[in-house]
Amino acid sequence: MKKAVITVIGHDSLGIIAKVSARCADCGVNITEITQSVLSEYFAMIMLVDISRLNVPFASFVDAMAELGKENALEIRAMHEDIFDAMHQI
Amino acid sequence: MLNTSDILETVHMIREENLDVRTVTVGISLFDCVSDDVGRLCGRIYDKITKKAEKLVSVASEIEKEYGVPIVNRRVSVTPVSLICGGASPEDCVRIAKTLDRAADTLGVNFIGGYSALVQKGSTVGAENLIRSIPEALAETKIVCSSVNVASTKAGINMDAVAEMGRVIKKTAALTAAEDGIGCAKLVVFANVPEDNPFMAGAFHGIGEGDLAVNVGVSGPGVVASAVRRAGPVSFGELSDVIKKTAFKITRVGQLVAYEASKRLGIPYGIVDLSLAPTPAVGDSVARILEEMGLEVCGTHGTTAALALLNDAVKKGGVMASSHVGGLSGAFIPVSEDAGMISAAACGALSIEKLEAMTAVCSVGLDMIAVPGDTPAETISAVIADEISIGVINTKTTAVRLIPAPGKQVGDTVTFGGLLGSAPVMPLRTASPAAFIARGGRIPAPIHSLKN
Repeated sequence: MKKAVITVIGHDSLGIIAKVSARCADCGVNITEITQSVLSEYFAMIMLVDISRLNVPFASFVDAMAELGKENALEIRAMHEDIFDAMHQI
Repeated sequence: MLNTSDILETVHMIREENLDVRTVTVGISLFDCVSDDVGRLCGRIYDKITKKAEKLVSVASEIEKEYGVPIVNRRVSVTPVSLICGGASPEDCVRIAKTLDRAADTLGVNFIGGYSALVQKGSTVGAENLIRSIPEALAETKIVCSSVNVASTKAGINMDAVAEMGRVIKKTAALTAAEDGIGCAKLVVFANVPEDNPFMAGAFHGIGEGDLAVNVGVSGPGVVASAVRRAGPVSFGELSDVIKKTAFKITRVGQLVAYEASKRLGIPYGIVDLSLAPTPAVGDSVARILEEMGLEVCGTHGTTAALALLNDAVKKGGVMASSHVGGLSGAFIPVSEDAGMISAAACGALSIEKLEAMTAVCSVGLDMIAVPGDTPAETISAVIADEISIGVINTKTTAVRLIPAPGKQVGDTVTFGGLLGSAPVMPLRTASPAAFIARGGRIPAPIHSLKN
């Protein structure tokens, strides 16, 4: 299973999970886990997603998430999970 | 299994601490371009570079987007031109430089390195002509970088080349006087030059390399500075561990990028260069790391020790993170490219003499230092000779990138813009070393026993 991590950083806003989920579904991305935390005093939502059935290039999905973030005054990043594995697993 | 704090740590490093990969550099051998006709040589060089590195810019952008980590530069390095130009005249050499510039422009890369000569023991006709052509070549191109290796631990120091480089640097500054001598920012003089360095201005594709290689230079001074700050007043052993762990993480990103770039470009993976490369941006400074360790300002007593600890810990952490390590690998201390160094130099806390001492324990040398425009060529050669001696005696790479900024005096500031930054003009000693430099010949290679 190919995985990516979506991080949503900013002030908590109404319906943000629904909006991100909807955009993920449009792109064929399945959300497998959601957690919340705090980063530099900001709300941070972290989603683990399955991108094996992605129906657009991953780069376009990254752009779609960034754009959704802008529309909602949030910072949304989609990053391939390999970078986290590389940095934090030996 | 990924956990939340690891994910947030990575995102925080990228958002707040300027974590990036400094460069993905594709090394290209030009040996198969050789021709006795300069027109044909230039044609083959252009074709090979533009074909072999065709996808570099797009692949780097793809990787940057997928992994969410900025890749600041895409670069190309080539076989030292002095080795493939045969007996080309200085004018023909300039023509080759323009070909490199044009090829790099077509690719859309940030810099191309390899307008270089290796003359540690002596100069060939090609090397002599290339060195003579450097001022024009750098003045008439935009993104070509040049380097000359004038010494090695095994060969000693070619003092004729050192003397010549003083004159070349002066002329390069004069020909680019309208831009504060920016040509000199693209020219570096080396001892023990590495052949797989992805960083400019010293990158070239060495003679022992294969046809192609992908080399990656990492960065991350901001990440290390934050880690040191968070660690608080711990002992040196603990401090070293903190830096090692951070360097490991930074280097793993470089390793991942190198591996992916190699796979997608179909070019063998060369090395990851374990360097802390600063930029003029706030929070991306090596000097600030030293200050976080407890120095009031970089350049004061204790700076060399702090830098030695930092450099060693970066290597220890980085080596485990990467399967192949090479290049310059260490903390860089370029003055104009590091906000902390700039302010330390501007307030007088950081002198050339202290920088010289610092280069004995780190990578790379006296780097991006602006000096008065009326500095005699012999004085520049003597600065080079001093710095190169440190490398030769200590079996390490050292280098000099000085900018004698035309018309500028101590107290003035020189601005290059972008990653090259700006620098206060620093004073040099005024007593003349001319008679010493005029001797000519070689300083013999050093002895390797009786170490004291």
